[in-house]
Amino acid sequence: MNGGAIDRGGSWHPLVELALARLREFVREPEAIFWAFIFPILMSVTLAVAFPGSGSKPAIVGIEPGDGAKGIQEALERAPGVTVREIAPGNEARALREGDVHLLVVPTSPPTYRFDPAREESRVARLLVDDALKHAAGRTDPWSAREEPVQVPGSRYVDWLIPGIVGLNIMGTSMWGIGFSIVQARMRKLLKRLVASPMRKREYLLAQVGGRLVLLAPEAGVPLLFGVFVLGLPIRGSLMTTSIVCLIGALAFGGVGLLLASRARTFEAISGLMNMTMVPMWVLSGVFFSSSNFPQAVQPLIQALPLTALIDALRNVVLEGAGLAAVSRELAILAGWGLGGFAIALRFFRWT
Amino acid sequence: MTGIMTGVMCNNLMKRYGDVVAVDRLSFEVARGECFGLLGPNGAGKTTTIEILEGLLEPDAGDVQILGLTWRGHESELRQRIGTQLQETQLADKLTVEETLRLFRSFYHRGRTIDELLRLVELESKRRSWVGKLSGGQKQRLAVACALAGDPDLLFLDEPTTGLDPQSRRQLWQLLTEFRSEGGTILITTHYMDEAEILCDRVAIVDHGRVIAEGSPRELIATLGAPKVVTHQGTLEDVFVALTGRHLREE
Repeated sequence: MNGGAIDRGGSWHPLVELALARLREFVREPEAIFWAFIFPILMSVTLAVAFPGSGSKPAIVGIEPGDGAKGIQEALERAPGVTVREIAPGNEARALREGDVHLLVVPTSPPTYRFDPAREESRVARLLVDDALKHAAGRTDPWSAREEPVQVPGSRYVDWLIPGIVGLNIMGTSMWGIGFSIVQARMRKLLKRLVASPMRKREYLLAQVGGRLVLLAPEAGVPLLFGVFVLGLPIRGSLMTTSIVCLIGALAFGGVGLLLASRARTFEAISGLMNMTMVPMWVLSGVFFSSSNFPQAVQPLIQALPLTALIDALRNVVLEGAGLAAVSRELAILAGWGLGGFAIALRFFRWT
Repeated sequence: MTGIMTGVMCNNLMKRYGDVVAVDRLSFEVARGECFGLLGPNGAGKTTTIEILEGLLEPDAGDVQILGLTWRGHESELRQRIGTQLQETQLADKLTVEETLRLFRSFYHRGRTIDELLRLVELESKRRSWVGKLSGGQKQRLAVACALAGDPDLLFLDEPTTGLDPQSRRQLWQLLTEFRSEGGTILITTHYMDEAEILCDRVAIVDHGRVIAEGSPRELIATLGAPKVVTHQGTLEDVFVALTGRHLREE
């Protein structure tokens, strides 16, 4: 070695070439594009349809046949916010159990309400039905309150859900993308060939994570933009803060992905490890319902999970306009996962 | 033959996998500028030996020197100065020939340009083809081009022509002959005796992890003696049969 200038013969720095190779392989894989971009949109649409804003949902009521059923039906059909659903005779109990109707009116005198008080929509239905029937029976109100309906943007379920979906997408694409490509390179003995060359091992691992970051903009951006333009999601925090949170989240899952892929030799092994890691987070980290539903005793564990940290930070920034300082704890947790995963992976990585 | 003139030196190499002894006190030397062949059937320990010499496997015992240096303490320098082609590597299918070469070339601090490499292995017309679309012979030439990217002093080749058609084999031999004519050193494993006869200055015949004969192909064939061969010129194939017969090989 003469210590002269490095001549790479027209190639870029190995870190760039490795990241480019990673990126090229990804974009030449049509299935990967579907999972990264189309899937989160489909998921958002489905959930938006399944859970429309809570204010617009009518109470769905069934009526058992009998004397006076006709009068009850007429009274309820006039009542605002109540929809009467026809039920085939004999199926009343089943309709109630499966949530087809929220409440069943039995035309006794006075009427009987059959409903599950543990269901919120059933309790609402009971109030509405009770009010309508008593009115029809001739009750008069002492006064009518003046109502001021306020539509608060950002408070709907779907608004809360979108940051969760974004977090889920960042986790899924980072981990699957990195895990599968590394295991594939190991199975094809490409890793062995690379370490037989003067490639630096840490540069290979860095490039696996870095090559994916270019894709982060669409991966996080597509569901966010869909939320903004189609579902009316307000983004209260700055775009810069949102991007930084997404970026650190992707680095965290990149580190975890490297760690999981560091020893696995088959697709079966890496799939198992991925599912074992991600499925608990789908449930625990508050994607679809708040993680505060879980007992106090497991909260420290839940809070330490990278997906919880990412989703909490995203919700704070997107829905409440938090700045970086306000989510520094979450960002520190994410950085810890990213750096820790990378360091351990580099130490234990199986190249041959 | 030491120090600066040594291409490869290994002494009493041992490698065990559980109860199986893959390499059993194996020793040989390769001079700079020489083409040396490790010959033997599948499972003889050729790949284990060459991977130890490439610094990819740690031997259980024995010494290795590559270009006069040990792996310990000189790995990054040695990696810059050697080129390797491994037996089972599949390069990324969805990168083009040019992208693959650019990637490998980026690891080296000196060497040929991408255009020179493409010309050398006659893949200029395939520059923009995906690796997955290449024929077996083209893939193998690309693998050799990756090994040549850093203009190495020493080339390790592990069964480079296995599974190739005769024309592809000859193309590859031509390529290796050119590398030699520029002063390069080659260590090649093969189980094709004709390949060894054409390419190698000296060969070591390996069986059950040991060197059972060593010398130039001509010398080894001469050891057969006249009566053994009546219908044709002796070949290394005959040498191998004669030797392994004496060594009570069971198959």
